[in-house]
Amino acid sequence: MDISFEHVSYIYQPNSPFEHRALNDITFSIKSGSYVAVIGHTGSGKSTLIQQLNGLLQPTEGSIQIGKYKLQAGEKTKNLRGLREQVGVVFQYPEHQLFEETVAKDIAFGPHNFGVEKMEIDRRIKEAVQATKLPDELLERSPFDLSGGQMRRVAISGVLAMNPEVLVLDEPTAGLDPRGQKDIMDMFKDLHKEKGLTTILVTHSMEDALAYADHIIILNQGEIYREGTPLEIFKQHDALEKVQLDVPEVMDFLRRAKKEYGVEIEYRGQDIAELAKELTLKVRGDSDHE
Amino acid sequence: MSSSMIIGQYIPADSVIHRLDPRSKIAIIFFYVVIVFFANSVMSYGVLTLFAIGSALLSKVPFRYIMKGLKPVWFLILFTFLLHLFVTREGDVAFSLFGWDVYREGLIQGGAISLRFFLLILVTSLLTLTTTPIEITDAIEELLGPLKKLRFPVHELALMMSISLRFIPTLMQETEKISKAQASRGVDFRTGSFKDRVRAVVPLLVPLFVSAFKRAEELAMAMEARGYQGGEGRTKLRELQLTKIDVLVYGVFVLLVIALFMTRS
Repeated sequence: MDISFEHVSYIYQPNSPFEHRALNDITFSIKSGSYVAVIGHTGSGKSTLIQQLNGLLQPTEGSIQIGKYKLQAGEKTKNLRGLREQVGVVFQYPEHQLFEETVAKDIAFGPHNFGVEKMEIDRRIKEAVQATKLPDELLERSPFDLSGGQMRRVAISGVLAMNPEVLVLDEPTAGLDPRGQKDIMDMFKDLHKEKGLTTILVTHSMEDALAYADHIIILNQGEIYREGTPLEIFKQHDALEKVQLDVPEVMDFLRRAKKEYGVEIEYRGQDIAELAKELTLKVRGDSDHE
Repeated sequence: MSSSMIIGQYIPADSVIHRLDPRSKIAIIFFYVVIVFFANSVMSYGVLTLFAIGSALLSKVPFRYIMKGLKPVWFLILFTFLLHLFVTREGDVAFSLFGWDVYREGLIQGGAISLRFFLLILVTSLLTLTTTPIEITDAIEELLGPLKKLRFPVHELALMMSISLRFIPTLMQETEKISKAQASRGVDFRTGSFKDRVRAVVPLLVPLFVSAFKRAEELAMAMEARGYQGGEGRTKLRELQLTKIDVLVYGVFVLLVIALFMTRS
């Protein structure tokens, strides 16, 4: 689904001493089927932004269009249910939302609420646990007996079982070990491709943004600071440094290769070791000529 | 959710009322609550109202904000007023409303009780608006100090109070977070039949309890790890200290009491 924000602002507790403007005049659009990373520091408005994507928050000013649904400031949104079925949100530490007696019941909770038939729910549970690589025998266990990583997968399965068209991920790998982080991120990438989802990833990790996203939005103090493809964004080393954001290791490598050796290397998703090899070849190649 | 829950939320400011020793505040409010029930004439109510409104103004908390905080109790005040208005059948008939006689006595009674109600709530909410929860528990621990002689666990009680006060915002945040997560999974907390709405609370309460227990365990462990032990011999970072302001305020309060008893009929 296409998503577009038109001059959206959001103010918490307006007209009180705690008034706080979390988003200020945000305008952007996301094409259906793209993978967008939203980056920003704590308090930059990321969470506020994603909560508007499924109508948990209504913009204070401006309007948001998500597929055929429209959230307009000052107006009650029709058919919020429909919107929430289409936009699946995986919140930070989603395992905190588990509550059912068994894993299967918890995964079924979302689709059940949206009135999906029993047969179809069973089919979706199977599909969801397959996608998240949960062993089938866990389905009848209590979610509270599982390990942290497994609980996270159960919670994610619960969102996937809603069959959303837009998947919003709020730091889905926070608190997992490096291996688990990579597994989960790769899983989302596969889902994104297979199902043609529109994916919005909120993250602190520049590496993830570079590796997975095809569009990046950087938020700073409630405003869009930079927007563009990962390559465009991460070339702007100084601009990022100004808002205390790091550049991914590989991008930094490219920059320094150019600065110190005058070598330009084209980035095609290589990792650091591959880049180093390429650099050595090029530097040697140059000196051979001399 | 958080935007409407502002009853008695602490508002930082630099005012006489904020700087007052919390023990003095609690003591004065306690006695104020007692003397409110002695008022019985227009003048005596006037004196009490003057004191309450005066303190509210001195506190530098925006008046509109205090009133907003009182919102949930307006209904109760109005209800008390109407109850008195329609139930009291003494004195002359003041006027008739849709064939129901309203008596003068009822009007006076209703007005007086509602005013009392209003004053009590105003003054007590001023306490929490101008005093941090930590100060309040410290003050309560001090005020209950004498009970230690009777082996009453004053320190433990105060600790329990400050821990629960400390975790109210955390719990509220958690509630909001989980209710949002469940709303995203299609739970509807606002509409539907009563039964549906009760059922909608389960996915909210279970995770809340789970995390509350987990947090309690972690807190206990952290306290033990840092060698925490009860009240005996424990010193404080900030000792409560009476200042000139406290003495001054006591003076004002004594004057209030004198004025009240002089204006009683």
